[in-house]
Amino acid sequence: MSKYYLNYLDELESEAVFILREVWAQFQNPVILFSGGKDSIVVTHLARKAFYPSRIPFALMHVDTGHNFPETIDFRDKLISELGVNLIVGSVQDSIDDGRVAEEKGKNATRNSLQITTLLDAIEKYKVDCAIGGGRRDEEKARAKERFFSHRDDFGQWDPKNQRPELWNLFNGKHFEGEHFRVFPISNWTEMDVWNYIKRENIEIPSLYYAHERKVVWRNNSWIPYSEFLVLEENEEITTKKVRFRTLGDITITGGIESEADTVTKIAQEVSAMRQTERGNRSDDKRSETAMEDRKRQGYF
Amino acid sequence: MLDNNQLLRFTTAGSVDDGKSTLIGRLLYDSKSIFEDQLQAIESTSKKKGHEGVDLALFTDGLRDEREQGITIDVAYRYFTTPKRKFIIADTPGHIQYTRNMVTGASTANAAIILVDARYGVIEQTRRHAFIASLLQIPHIIVCINKMDLVDYEEHAYSKVIDQFEEFSSKLLVKDIRFIPISALDGDNVVNRSTNMNWYQGAPLLHTLETMHISSDINKIDARFPVQTVLRPQNDSHRDYRGYAGRISSGIFRVGDEVMVLPSGFTSIIKSIDTYEEELKEAYAPMSISMALEDDIDISRGDMIVRSNNKPEATQDLEMMLCWLHDNPSRPRAKYSIRHTTNEQKAMIKEVVYKFDINTFKRNVEDKELRMNDISKVKIRTTKPLMIDSYRENRTTGSIILIDDTTNETVAAGMIV
Repeated sequence: MSKYYLNYLDELESEAVFILREVWAQFQNPVILFSGGKDSIVVTHLARKAFYPSRIPFALMHVDTGHNFPETIDFRDKLISELGVNLIVGSVQDSIDDGRVAEEKGKNATRNSLQITTLLDAIEKYKVDCAIGGGRRDEEKARAKERFFSHRDDFGQWDPKNQRPELWNLFNGKHFEGEHFRVFPISNWTEMDVWNYIKRENIEIPSLYYAHERKVVWRNNSWIPYSEFLVLEENEEITTKKVRFRTLGDITITGGIESEADTVTKIAQEVSAMRQTERGNRSDDKRSETAMEDRKRQGYF
Repeated sequence: MLDNNQLLRFTTAGSVDDGKSTLIGRLLYDSKSIFEDQLQAIESTSKKKGHEGVDLALFTDGLRDEREQGITIDVAYRYFTTPKRKFIIADTPGHIQYTRNMVTGASTANAAIILVDARYGVIEQTRRHAFIASLLQIPHIIVCINKMDLVDYEEHAYSKVIDQFEEFSSKLLVKDIRFIPISALDGDNVVNRSTNMNWYQGAPLLHTLETMHISSDINKIDARFPVQTVLRPQNDSHRDYRGYAGRISSGIFRVGDEVMVLPSGFTSIIKSIDTYEEELKEAYAPMSISMALEDDIDISRGDMIVRSNNKPEATQDLEMMLCWLHDNPSRPRAKYSIRHTTNEQKAMIKEVVYKFDINTFKRNVEDKELRMNDISKVKIRTTKPLMIDSYRENRTTGSIILIDDTTNETVAAGMIV
């Protein structure tokens, strides 16, 4: 006799597949926002499943800050050719060159918030009406309030106090010309769920997630990877450590942790014992208590 | 261990100050789901606000306005996992004006936790929360009698609430209701059994959540498969494949089953049930699958595949309990888009039969305008038939939303009678 209930990973997967198919049915020109991080990789994997045996019917959109880990770009290009989907790149460098945004100054300067303009420009240029993201509600307190189908006005802004109610499995993606939606199929997943799923599904992820030797600098309580973009302070020195990254953002702001975990199983074990949130090593979230909410209101991922 | 672990969604309802945020903070803290950096942030905020010790309630504040005003504005979702289950909490604000949020949080919940302050017993808001839980057909209700520490852990305070509850809950459609005496502040009977209340023989809250039977919460009798989209790959390996993609709303489908496609009424046989990994012999709710039929029939989004011997009702005239969710009130005889499963049609509210006052439990037949948070019984006429079941039998095929085409906003949620 079979059991007629799903385990939690199957249920999360089924929910995400349903959401992705709703996107396809309700929007004209959706894209997957692909950062090369594990969450957008999982969303892409889910899209492959949702439309099998057809190809993924969306393009992948990458907002390229120019401050990438080289491993991320290699991974992205390989995945694109394997899936046979289109890649759209929005370039922050182009936005700077066009005078749309100005580079931040100082030691802690990053291109993190500059991405917002590039992203919104790309959404407008390619007439994207739905950008699918890998955001999860457990990541950050402002994200805990986000809908699966999250409306953005024609300035790309999020109004957290005036969101459409979402009941049952009825998702309302109706919008006017110029507006768009952000859709988050893995809203209900936690970091642990993502790792358990990667393990179960045997999903390929960039080598950066596995423990590896790397030149790093100790800054803001984490190991910042050394790169050409990093301006060293006087008292800072470059050392080599065995590290891995829990999240992947720009190479300038993503801190690594010392780790020996070089397989998905070891990572999952390590994550389950972690006592710090995964974004704890992201200096972009540390700028203020509501740093994420403030950026999201403006149109951040 | 992980293979059989289920997902349980629950909602928490309570009034201002009855310790809802503290309870959630306690569940997360005692189940070790709060990380050190989050705890440090709460500690420093607690100090800033001049609170004694760590105020666990601060953990559930999200938006800037909420932190500043000390209130919860919108549904927030929280997650924790134990070795037995994964949990999703829909944390809904308890103020009177936020029926809309409670309805939203309740719509997908397996269980509702209703908090009652042991000092005051059942109050108006408790009745309202219980009513909404019953209206939304949440299968399990857990009444937590909180702040037992403030009534010296007296059994009397607990049994009083049970009596008060039973007085009115007989009128509600609640299948499973339990009562647990707790102190969220001190953690009594939340995760760990209380040593202060030996008269209570039942399980603590977390154990209850971990073990309650939820496999039957989804209807496994009436097979309903609303088609989301059609997959036609036209590649070399699947040249003639035509798969109907969707998520099974209820029931079980097996390869070889005779099925009917609604609204057309054509019948066929299930040829295959496909997923990315494998072909399945059977599939059940809430699985997302792709289904192929033996015959070439015209099927598109909004159609429903059912078993020939068990059909929903096809009708243009619906009676339902409708909860108004928008600041703009209803417009008389206005047309709305109605969304039911994957089907969308136009609809008109023909008649407001009565409005239900959730404070007095009385019906009002005079006032016909539907305003934010109103719950009313209405008659709706649609341009084309919908394939419906009653909400009591099927939460998926018995529910609808109304969308205002002039604003594109979701304005109401309905449960078909």
